[in-house]
Amino acid sequence: MSERRQDVTTTPPVGGPAVARVRVAGRSLPQATLLLVPRLFAYTLLTITAISMIWPFAWMVSTSLKGEQAAFYFPPTFLPNPVRPDNYVYVFQSLPFGLYTLSSLKISTLATFGALLSSSLAAFAFARMRFPGRDLVFVGILATMMIPPHVTIIPVYLIWHRLGAVDTHTPLILPSYFGSAFGIFLMRQFFLTLPQDLVDAAKIDGCSYFAVYRMIFLPLAKPALATLGLFVFLGTWNDLLGPLIYLNSPQNYTLTVGLTQFRGLYYTKWTLLMAGSLISILPVLVLFIFSQQYFVRGIALTGLKQ
Amino acid sequence: MQVRTTALGPREAIGRLVSSEGFQGWLFISPVVFGLLVWWIGPVIAALLLSLTSGNFRSPTWVGTENYQRLLQDELFWKSLRNTLYYVSGVIPLGVSLSLLLAVAMNARIRGIVVYRTIFFLPVVSSGVAIALLWTWIYHPEFGILNFLLSLVGLPRVPWLASIEWAMPAIIIMSVWRGLGYQMVIFLAGLQSIPETLYEAAKIDGANSWQQFRHITLPMLSPTTFFVIVLSFISAFQVFEASYVMTQGGPYYATLTIVLYIFQNAFQFFKMGYAAALSYVLAIILLSVTLVQLVLQKRWVHYE
Repeated sequence: MSERRQDVTTTPPVGGPAVARVRVAGRSLPQATLLLVPRLFAYTLLTITAISMIWPFAWMVSTSLKGEQAAFYFPPTFLPNPVRPDNYVYVFQSLPFGLYTLSSLKISTLATFGALLSSSLAAFAFARMRFPGRDLVFVGILATMMIPPHVTIIPVYLIWHRLGAVDTHTPLILPSYFGSAFGIFLMRQFFLTLPQDLVDAAKIDGCSYFAVYRMIFLPLAKPALATLGLFVFLGTWNDLLGPLIYLNSPQNYTLTVGLTQFRGLYYTKWTLLMAGSLISILPVLVLFIFSQQYFVRGIALTGLKQ
Repeated sequence: MQVRTTALGPREAIGRLVSSEGFQGWLFISPVVFGLLVWWIGPVIAALLLSLTSGNFRSPTWVGTENYQRLLQDELFWKSLRNTLYYVSGVIPLGVSLSLLLAVAMNARIRGIVVYRTIFFLPVVSSGVAIALLWTWIYHPEFGILNFLLSLVGLPRVPWLASIEWAMPAIIIMSVWRGLGYQMVIFLAGLQSIPETLYEAAKIDGANSWQQFRHITLPMLSPTTFFVIVLSFISAFQVFEASYVMTQGGPYYATLTIVLYIFQNAFQFFKMGYAAALSYVLAIILLSVTLVQLVLQKRWVHYE
């Protein structure tokens, strides 16, 4: 490298980038990571962005608590006066919002359970078992992630139509029990990090493969399962296209479709619409805040190379 | 070691088979294989066949490539394709560059990373429908808060979703806003995997921040960038919720995206055959673009 023996322990200029303390002669660990931008700039950028992320939500809350006329005041006011929390009650009274919520809950929970079960089982086989065609099938599953789902939507709809399952929740729940490509990929990645010796030792003790899966791998996989579960729950909770296609009667609607109904009925009642939207967001937000690390880990996992 | 001197009886043979690793393995993946056949391979083939019919439920008639010919002359199809490309060309550059910038800022050893990250993720985890409705309200020409803020700064009010020129940009802005957190996290993971020794060496050689960014960060990050671009492209190309909820494809088809058009053909006009043809064309376009990107990556993506 360079022959310059620079002793880089000068004090950094105020507001400028922190310099890594690197001793060239001896080996010492660097103090701070190299900063590519001055800290101040970073804070400013992040704070501005954070504000721009939050203010629409704040506006949503504000509108949801306003009286009908107050939403149309000009200039718009931020603090509602008077505050109208009963908007949230009106939401449930004017449309079967409670039913919508229950439907969403039911579909998401059942689908999540199914995805976890089928994906982990298959992933275990792909990771720690040997059988003919294993890698071929796995590649096939990965390949499905490349196909845009819109190609399959129409024939699948026709199949369900033939089976008489349109306007039920079944088409939205059942497929999860037959594996999800993302789920299998995620779980397999995780299972591959568990040593083969675990399997071998258990087999020597007389365990069947299923027992190894159930009693050893599955309990160890809790973080990965949590991550996958969150993703599937979130995906089904927020899904619009599926419920839009399959559900016809209002009593079967999920929250996502239900909200669009609001727009037709309450074209001008933005206050109720905002309240309803907030209700549909809240459970997921709470869930997310308490389980962030799993989300982030899952997303980062998909981004890093294998 | 025991050596069998007699042949296996049928019971033992079946027992051996069932408990064998191969059989059990297939058993474990059987639901998934079933799913693969029924929900992917079957439908893909069926869609192709469907696209060659007139798509009438009761008596589909074979029409050969008529759907595809009609597609090529369909003004709305080309419009939806142009609209989708417009959308993608807005969302990808803006989204990728902004989220990269954010990731770099997040990586700067600042405090409160978790707080920032939570906030950035709020739009990501919120229901797309709720977000779309919220922004429809924000974009309201008369009572929307955005026009009000604009007027405060002396800028003219914009009809946003009611205007042919501004409807798509409005949707683009909302989508970029929504996706920042997600892309940022991926970039952040990529940034954190760059070995510090590279930066140290550059510092010793006297490189400044910008040079380090250009010659270390960007190249080392290129696999991640490639991944984000490809993923975002595929996802952006299939935009549906925003245009369905906010504008229903209007005004005057200004925001008609290709998936929305497919949806309308299949489930509003019930022209299933035509819709199947459209979806196939979409799939081919997407696959080709992805392939092109895969080939081009050798030029600019730096792998260790």
